[in-house]
Amino acid sequence: MKVLVCISKTPDTTAKIAFTEGNTKFDENGVQWIINPYDEWYSLVRAIELKEKDANVIIHLVTVGAADAEPIIRKALALGGDEAIRVNNSSSDSMVVAQEIAAIAKEGAYDLILTGKETIDYNSASIGSMLCALLDQNYIAAATKLEIDGTKAIVTREIDGGEETAESNLPIIVSCQKGMAEQRIPNMRGIMAARTKPLKVVEASIQTATTSIQQFDLPAAKSGVKLIDPTQMDELVKLLKEEAKVI
Amino acid sequence: MVLIYIDQADQEVKKASLEAISYGAALAKQMGTNAEAIILGTVKEDLSQLGKYGVTKVHQVANDSLNHFDARVNATVTAEAVKLAGADVIVFAHNTNGKAIAPAVAVKLNAGIVTGASALPKTDNGFVVTKTVFSGKAFASIKIDTPIKVITINQNSFGTQSTEGTATLETLAVSVPTSSIKITSVNKVQGEIPLTEATLVVSGGRGLKGPENWGVLLDLAKALGASTACSRPVSDSDWRPHHEHVGQTGYQIAPNLYIAIGISGAIQHLAGVNRSKTIVVINKDPEAPFFKAADYGVVGDAFEVVPALTAAILKSKASA
Ligand SMILES: Cc1cc2nc3c(=O)[nH]c(=O)nc-3n(C[C@H](O)[C@H](O)[C@H](O)COP(=O)(O)OP(=O)(O)OC[C@H]3O[C@@H](n4cnc5c(N)ncnc54)[C@H](O)[C@@H]3O)c2cc1C
Repeated sequence: MKVLVCISKTPDTTAKIAFTEGNTKFDENGVQWIINPYDEWYSLVRAIELKEKDANVIIHLVTVGAADAEPIIRKALALGGDEAIRVNNSSSDSMVVAQEIAAIAKEGAYDLILTGKETIDYNSASIGSMLCALLDQNYIAAATKLEIDGTKAIVTREIDGGEETAESNLPIIVSCQKGMAEQRIPNMRGIMAARTKPLKVVEASIQTATTSIQQFDLPAAKSGVKLIDPTQMDELVKLLKEEAKVI
Repeated sequence: MVLIYIDQADQEVKKASLEAISYGAALAKQMGTNAEAIILGTVKEDLSQLGKYGVTKVHQVANDSLNHFDARVNATVTAEAVKLAGADVIVFAHNTNGKAIAPAVAVKLNAGIVTGASALPKTDNGFVVTKTVFSGKAFASIKIDTPIKVITINQNSFGTQSTEGTATLETLAVSVPTSSIKITSVNKVQGEIPLTEATLVVSGGRGLKGPENWGVLLDLAKALGASTACSRPVSDSDWRPHHEHVGQTGYQIAPNLYIAIGISGAIQHLAGVNRSKTIVVINKDPEAPFFKAADYGVVGDAFEVVPALTAAILKSKASA
């Protein structure tokens, strides 16, 4: 079974969110980069677990981004991918990214494509769904469990207010979230092995973006907390009713 | 025309879709055009009543097989239906199903898409949609450059407005591909409002020390009629179920009221709740970072403060 895991580079969760060039660019100054947590903790680790159960599983990683994404891809290889492909396109338009991945996916004829539920920077939650249309394959979004049984995938996904389990033949695209697997830390052997694992660079083939970022803004700061004495809960209820008007 | 996708589950229209209609109707008005809706499958409700939220017409692909959600099938049918109905903008709720199909529909229509919109687009000079990015820590204004545009709207960010009006119904003849996804089980948390739809949320953190202490929080939630949530370590330790985990790597929610009990307010937690309209923080540590993001704060021991708050709420309800 061939698995393609989509990997995105995102700022660390504690990174300071600031903008430059007249609020049109994310300020990368001093930012630490990580593998998007949904891609790493859930998709990639689940793929590795599948490989641990079945040695015939081959894991390819794909990232669409500039050369500065390579440390992230190496870390993913250290965790357990077999080979990686970087498409040299730094577009922030999901449609462009999805088309680049679709081209790789078509060439590799994967049985299973995993993405994270969303990235923690642009929160688009779009790539899996776009691949569904571009590849005309089944897609299950926001999955919390994934088992492979021969040529069948058994997937549990989140629905509003619960969970639903479904079966589908391979190939399938699944976007992963919490529940799927537990976070791992690469070990020394993995890190050494990752140095020599193949990392292929493919030139960008899609240029036309459908959207463009005009401007970023930070939310207005809170005006400050109003402290209420712990013995005055009637007062808090009154404020919630009459001032905040939320109860 | 602005076309709004009506999501359904168990043959009932999802609440998130009513907000999407309100949003789509306001957008149509701003653009000087009309708003219509599209629904796949059959529902129990009288669809003409959706007129109350501002649509003049509801297009329906009334095929029962569509009552089971399959992203590939729904996206294919929706895209075909949109072509028949003709639309310039298609609006989806940014809920589980909306997220699963809106981007696929955009691909099929060669449309640009912005997911997670937080306000009405600016349409005076191009078409610019504001969305939340960095898990609610910032906003981005994104211009869509294609003739057809797709938007998903963040839940609880616009509100549902209803007035008078009924919609006409039109059945669309779209061929429905056979689904190759077989649903084998559905597990719903009975009687609870899904966290993402909840307007009142009471949430607990590690400060409550253990699952056996959740009673004080549950009593408060019950008194308020609120849903319950928790911080990540709480669900990681299985003190509470995973579906209660809010934050950067859990649910991102935007209720009217979020009460945080014994939660320190780590940046990753705040990322999931900072769009809440009013935040109340109960924490014994006056230096807890959460107070900086709060509207109201109580510095005190949760095991004393929370029961007192519950009592005050019950008292106020009894006298109302
Ligand atoms: C990549 C990444 C992603 C993450 N994603 C998330 C996420 O999605 N959601 C999330 O929540 N966290 C997330 N975290 C974890 C986050 O950094 C914090 O560790 C976590 O939110 C802390 O949970 P807490 O506030 O419950 O516990 P603590 O930080 O331990 O805080 C407990 C609080 O309870 C107070 N307290 C103790 N006793 C009492 C009492 N008797 N009465 C009142 N108050 C009391 C303490 O003063 C303290 O402020 C993430 C971390 C990383 C690295």
